[in-house]
Amino acid sequence: MTFLFFIFAALTLIGGIGVVVNRNPVTSAFSMIVSFLGLAALFIQLNAYLVGVLQVLVYAGAIMVLFLFIIMLLDIPKAENKRFPVFTLGASVVVVVSFVTLVITVITKSGVGTAKLPAIEAQKGPGQSDVHQIGELLFSTYWFPVQIVAVLLLVSTVGVVVLSKRELK
Amino acid sequence: MESALTLNHFLIVSGLLFAIGLAGVLVRRNIIVIFMCLELMLSAANLTLVAFSRHNVHEGQPSYEGHVLLFFIITVAAAEVAVGLAIIVALYRSRETTDVGKLNTMKN
Repeated sequence: MTFLFFIFAALTLIGGIGVVVNRNPVTSAFSMIVSFLGLAALFIQLNAYLVGVLQVLVYAGAIMVLFLFIIMLLDIPKAENKRFPVFTLGASVVVVVSFVTLVITVITKSGVGTAKLPAIEAQKGPGQSDVHQIGELLFSTYWFPVQIVAVLLLVSTVGVVVLSKRELK
Repeated sequence: MESALTLNHFLIVSGLLFAIGLAGVLVRRNIIVIFMCLELMLSAANLTLVAFSRHNVHEGQPSYEGHVLLFFIITVAAAEVAVGLAIIVALYRSRETTDVGKLNTMKN
C-alpha cells in the first residue's frame, strides 16, 4: 500500500512539474490530466471513493476537455519563445522555496499528523457506503448550499453565453 | 485495516503540488497555462481537505463533511473555469494575444 502511495504521489508531482515546464500549452494540458489522475488515485487511497471518481469525471474529463478545446480554438503560437526574465525567475524561486520551507516547518513543528491514519471499519451493509453518506448529508444538512450552487451554475452559464457573444448591444 | 501512511505524507504532497502551481503562476506568461496552474493549486487544497477528513475518523467512519465541502469546491471550480475561459476567449478576440506581458492597458 505504501509503495502505491509513492508511485501516485510521484505521478501527481511529475504531472504538475510538466504543466509548468512544457512550453507547448497542449502538452501542459496533457500533463495536467496525468497529474489529476494521480490525485484521484490518492483520493481513493484515502477511502474517498466518490471524490476520486468525481475528480476523474469532472476535472480530468470535463474541465481539461474545456481547456484543450480553448487552446486548440485560439491557435496559440507554439511557444513562448522568449526566455523567462531573470528577475521574475529569481523572485519566483525565492517565493516558492520560502513557501515550501514554511509548509515543512509547520508540518514538522506542529506534530499533528505523525500518527498513522486510524483504521476504517468495513461497511456492514447497504447504506454505509460513502456515496450514501455524502448524499444524505447533501440533501439534509446541506440542502441550502446545494440550492445556492445550482443558482451559481445557472448564473455562470448565462455569464458565459453573454461573454461569448460577439457584440454586446 | 490500519494504513501505514500518516497524515503528513499527504500534507507534504499537497504542499509540494501547491508550490508547483504557485511557481507556474509566477513564471509562465501564457494566460491559459497560468489558469491551469491555478487549478493545480485548487486541487492541492482539495487533497489537504480529504486527508484531514480521513484523519478525523469518528466511530470507524471518516468525517464526510469534508467530502461534502469538496463536492461544492469541485462544482464552483467548474463554474469558475467556464467563466474564466470565456473571459480569455473574449480577451483573445479583442487583443489577439494570450501573453500576460502584453495585456498592460491598465498599467500607468
